[in-house]
Amino acid sequence: MTTKTYEKYYVPAQSPWPFVGAVALFFIAFGAGHYVIDISKQQSGFGGYLLLLGLIILVFMLVGWFRNVIDESMSGLYSAQMDRSFRQGMSWFIVSEVMFFMAFFGALFYGRVIAMQWLGGASNNAMTFELLWPNFEPVWPLIKTPGGIETQAMPWTGLPLINTIILVISSFTLHFAHTGLEQQKRGQLKLMLVLTLLLGAIFLSLQVYEYIHAYRDLGLQLDSGFYGNTFFLLTGFHGVHVTLGAIILLFVFFRVLKGHFTPEKHFAFQAAAWYWHFVDVVWVCLFVIVYIL
Amino acid sequence: MSVVITEPRDHDDQHDHDHEHHDHKPRGIKRWLYTTNHKDIGTMYLIFALVMFFIGGAMAMVIRLELFQPGMQFVEPHFFNQMTTVHGLIMVFGAVMPAFTGLANWMIPMMIGAPDMALPRMNNWSFWILPFAFLILLLSLFMPGGGPSFGWTFYAPLSTTYSSDSTALFVFSVHIMGISSIMGAINVIVTIWNMRAPGMTWMKMPLFVWTWFITAFLLIMVMPVLAGVVTMVLTDKYFGTSFFDAAGGGDPVLFQHIFWFFGHPEVYIMILPAFGIVSAIIPTFARKRLFGYASMVYATASIAILSFLVWAHHMFTTGMPVFATLFFMYATMLIAVPTGVKVFNWVATMWRGAMTFEVPMMFALAFIVLFTIGGFSGLMLAITPADFQYHDTYFVVAHFHYVLVTGAVFSIVAAVYYWLPKWTGNMYDESLGQWHFWCSLISVNLLFFPMHFVGLAGMPRRIPDYALQFADFNAFISIGGFLFGLSQLIFVWVLIKCARGGVKATDQVWEGAEGLEWEVPSPAPYHTFETPPVIK
Repeated sequence: MTTKTYEKYYVPAQSPWPFVGAVALFFIAFGAGHYVIDISKQQSGFGGYLLLLGLIILVFMLVGWFRNVIDESMSGLYSAQMDRSFRQGMSWFIVSEVMFFMAFFGALFYGRVIAMQWLGGASNNAMTFELLWPNFEPVWPLIKTPGGIETQAMPWTGLPLINTIILVISSFTLHFAHTGLEQQKRGQLKLMLVLTLLLGAIFLSLQVYEYIHAYRDLGLQLDSGFYGNTFFLLTGFHGVHVTLGAIILLFVFFRVLKGHFTPEKHFAFQAAAWYWHFVDVVWVCLFVIVYIL
Repeated sequence: MSVVITEPRDHDDQHDHDHEHHDHKPRGIKRWLYTTNHKDIGTMYLIFALVMFFIGGAMAMVIRLELFQPGMQFVEPHFFNQMTTVHGLIMVFGAVMPAFTGLANWMIPMMIGAPDMALPRMNNWSFWILPFAFLILLLSLFMPGGGPSFGWTFYAPLSTTYSSDSTALFVFSVHIMGISSIMGAINVIVTIWNMRAPGMTWMKMPLFVWTWFITAFLLIMVMPVLAGVVTMVLTDKYFGTSFFDAAGGGDPVLFQHIFWFFGHPEVYIMILPAFGIVSAIIPTFARKRLFGYASMVYATASIAILSFLVWAHHMFTTGMPVFATLFFMYATMLIAVPTGVKVFNWVATMWRGAMTFEVPMMFALAFIVLFTIGGFSGLMLAITPADFQYHDTYFVVAHFHYVLVTGAVFSIVAAVYYWLPKWTGNMYDESLGQWHFWCSLISVNLLFFPMHFVGLAGMPRRIPDYALQFADFNAFISIGGFLFGLSQLIFVWVLIKCARGGVKATDQVWEGAEGLEWEVPSPAPYHTFETPPVIK
């Protein structure tokens, strides 16, 4: 019968984890909302605790869910077709992440190429310029806002350049880890994964250092006008993604130590690697657009 | 397209240890909380959407009550603003989108011969996020200072400088709604891409599958942008950034650009699956194959691509350069071409068909006529100089309610009547359904058609009071609104009656129905197509 040639698609039986995950997101969203309000009003409230509770439930959910999935994977329930489903799912998730960053890159483009020029009188905005802020100079980086906040720009030489090199190298080490996995060289796989994680950790530490430098020495802060806004939100969200990617890689590393993954089947490794390469590409765009240009 | 079901009768040698789950429904509340079954999840989405439709509808009733007569009657302006805002948010994100996702969950696996959605657990997560997200949004109405009151489009600086504290809750609830939509969309794409039964080639897929496939791409592309823009609103309001504040080098118009880059594809997210539904129903009741199947697919794709290039037609009055307004005007009018192809094909399908007029067909026919009216008023709005007159008036309200209520909502109702016998195994009460249709049709036009006139005469939208010359029309509109709201109670009656029993439906249900979903028994078994059918 023709049906024999098609593998059975494993539809998991009931699972509590999705519902637990929804509860976690409820507490995170509800808690974060109240936490933000509490901070802005400088009052003590329950928001922070709810947020924390939500995060704890989320971690609990992720551990439980992934344990189930890894067990199912190790017991061979997943067919090649399901592997394709997972891969496609991850790819489209990364596309959605790209679009999230696009919103901020788009804002940066608009602010720099259009809004700033118009505030400086470009196009038909001569009167806007004359009447609102006649002393405003439309130069990028926007180190003096129309409202008068002054700051300094972050140079691309030095730390950012070093960080770029570090992150690009980490993409290569991860690639060599992958080839190690595919060629059954487990030693190379482990060594290269450790190197990738180390480089990621160094990158993040240097980012923290750069932030401290920006706040203390340059007076470049989140609220220092459009330049500071886009600088911190773009690099900040990127940093969050690197952290996330590093945590995923860390768990992949633990699974490697336990002897998981074969040259043919290693979706978790593949997904983590794609994610890492994606944050790397975002950084290169960021470095060019936010720092250099 | 002929379909051969090669479901083997001797399951035991084909299936492994989880065979005992076969057609054995788990019991109790856990069935719904922990489910991985696409039909259960689809049902939950649809019930959730119906509940939200009535909550959002109740808010619309408050709005119409206040506008029944000129002057301030029942509610404070601030509360009125909260009603218009939350009505919009609930109807868009809580009613129409989840209803389409519910239909996708129920029907796509059955239409392509798949055992379930590709990622069943993530599917359940997508659903269960929604009740919590809307709980947060609704709870925010009871906060000191009130809930969101800046319109569903939350333009800065209304949502930043001038908004109440609850904005943070609004932002985070939109974030988790977005997570839900993105996961749902990924699931739809992967299911369609990877789970089609052997022989179900791309160009054999039913149009509902095609339109949802394209819709899912739109969701993946624009929901993250929405997440980005609400994040900017959050940081602008609470953390001192100035994305939308000119004093810090930003621009309030930047908000509108980012929002509508999300927002315009979003409105097509709410209409493309409707095209798929109508393209399923019309051929069934005309007993003819769909006219121009391939052109329907290409038209859908064209509309989706164009939807990314037209966002600024919502912003003609913001003072964009003339070149930009011209570009967006022509790009917008271009969309009328593929949409016209669709309407033409539906009409051509019916041409010399052996038509009958059961309730799904009635709603589908009303869809074609009334959605086209909404499309035409959209064309009027696309003309930049004319838009200067129409902008922010009730004409706009009339336009988008024609495309969303008599468009999207009518298509959802049509779909529910069309597939209800397949879901429940019982035929719905035809005469009650006809009552529902005619009451809805008459009241919805009484409700929305006069809005064109008051809009053209200059009545602004989102204002709780109006000039005296609009009084008569507004009284008509309000009566239409109340009647439309009441008519939907007939719908609930039909649904409950049908779920509880009725004339048993056959497998094919409708004489002219074609497709895999009509090959399985009615009601559809808990698990379908565990072994893929072969489509020749």
